[in-house]
Amino acid sequence: MDLRFLIQLGIIGLTFFMLINASALLVYAERKVMGFMQQRYGPYLVGPHGLLQPLADILKLLMKEELRPRGADRWLFTLAPILSVTAAFAAFAAVPWGAETTLFGLLDEPVKLGVADINVGVLVVFAITSMGVYGIVLAGWSSNSKYSLLGGLRSSAQMISYELSYATALAAVILLAGSLSLRETVDAQAGYWFGVIPRWYVFLQPLGFIIYMIAGVAETNRAPFDFPEAEQELVAGYNTEYSSVRFALFPQAEYINMTTMAAVATDLYLGGWHGPFLPPEYGWIWFLVKVGAILFAYIWVRWTVPRYRYDQLMRFGWKWLFPASVVNLIVTAALVLALNA
Amino acid sequence: MPETLVFYLLAGLAIGASALVIGQRNPMYSVMLLIASFGALAGLYIQLEAPFVAVAQIIIYAGAIMVLFLFVVMLLNAPQEDAAEWDRLHPLRQPGIARFGAMLGLLLVVQLAWALIRAAEIGAPVGSRSDAAAVSSVREVGRVLFTDYMFAFEATSILILVAMVGAVVLARREDAGEAEGEER
Repeated sequence: MDLRFLIQLGIIGLTFFMLINASALLVYAERKVMGFMQQRYGPYLVGPHGLLQPLADILKLLMKEELRPRGADRWLFTLAPILSVTAAFAAFAAVPWGAETTLFGLLDEPVKLGVADINVGVLVVFAITSMGVYGIVLAGWSSNSKYSLLGGLRSSAQMISYELSYATALAAVILLAGSLSLRETVDAQAGYWFGVIPRWYVFLQPLGFIIYMIAGVAETNRAPFDFPEAEQELVAGYNTEYSSVRFALFPQAEYINMTTMAAVATDLYLGGWHGPFLPPEYGWIWFLVKVGAILFAYIWVRWTVPRYRYDQLMRFGWKWLFPASVVNLIVTAALVLALNA
Repeated sequence: MPETLVFYLLAGLAIGASALVIGQRNPMYSVMLLIASFGALAGLYIQLEAPFVAVAQIIIYAGAIMVLFLFVVMLLNAPQEDAAEWDRLHPLRQPGIARFGAMLGLLLVVQLAWALIRAAEIGAPVGSRSDAAAVSSVREVGRVLFTDYMFAFEATSILILVAMVGAVVLARREDAGEAEGEER
């Protein structure tokens, strides 16, 4: 076992560790930001400024009794949360989060920051995130409860509707970068226009970025598109019958999915780890800052915008978002063709 | 050696899952097993150095089509097939139909055997490793699709469009025209 292999393993371990912590931190950030938006403190008692609150939450959930409704399907009821969280973790495997680095001269050849560098990375992320819906749908179906079933049904309809716009927005970026690799897409965004404006695709694809973000919110089932768990109508939606750790896996999968969504947005639209002031070795700091900013926007939107009505969601997805993304793709394709010819 | 091992593992999974699909009483399990089978197939494509095909398999079949299947199964909420409900009078269980089905099955086996023997005669699989890498490139797939196989591609799209329009027409209720105003 050489050093390089060990370091690669270390990077994979670190990515996993950061993802787990991202979900815990996001729970904290969500409650804190929500608190401030509602003019209160949010969690404040456990640890300094309530920082240990996620730990307390997890401990509490671990202590709870695991329940399974009598009419529930034994296998699928157990499988559903596992599928959810596996898909969430697996999707991040194709996301690079830092430039190539030699770890300050420790290695002869540079090593890539990220779990795997796949030449069809964008598609892999898309494929695996689209598998995440099974966890929710199965949870809804196997619980044998009307609220759960409705939540699962809504989720599958919503995912199908917004996946199209999401993929079409991605396709426009792929056209610009001329590559399906996330790493190459990020590197295509290095440098500046006129020496000041960073060459990020968000400036070339403002509409695409907005479509991506909206579809991303819908894909991760966040408010204002949180129909699968709409409290006022469905108790808690697809996870109504879950308790203890099995329950905890669903929000965890949701927060990891959010992180993946934000990381992919950073890679595709915001120039990934490229940014001013910092040497490329420290590019991952920029990456973290950008992901953090997007995640903050996610939380901000959740506590600002009320939930849509279900038919509004469907109409918006099919009659506005999807046509807009198609127009965006066609215009981008025409411009790329015209400028390259 | 590990490659061969992985191949047999994936192939076994694909065949086993597919066989179990038709053996399930509960349609939900059938759907899940079919997804597992698609996943194993995607793994086989990766072994063939065609990552794009593998990912497309996951996105289109496992990610999109099977979600629709699941949706339909859930909407219909099909009850478990009951052994007591075995219906001798069902049109599909008439002896004539059953014999026809058996003949078709036999035909399939013969066809597969013939294809396998042919493949063994030809020897190596069509196209060498370098060809496989070229096919896997998305650029090449796109170019071939929109030049050499243009007609087939467009004909398929029209076919799908026709099927879609047909489905919408069939699913439409008679009083849809009157109810349209209320739906908003």
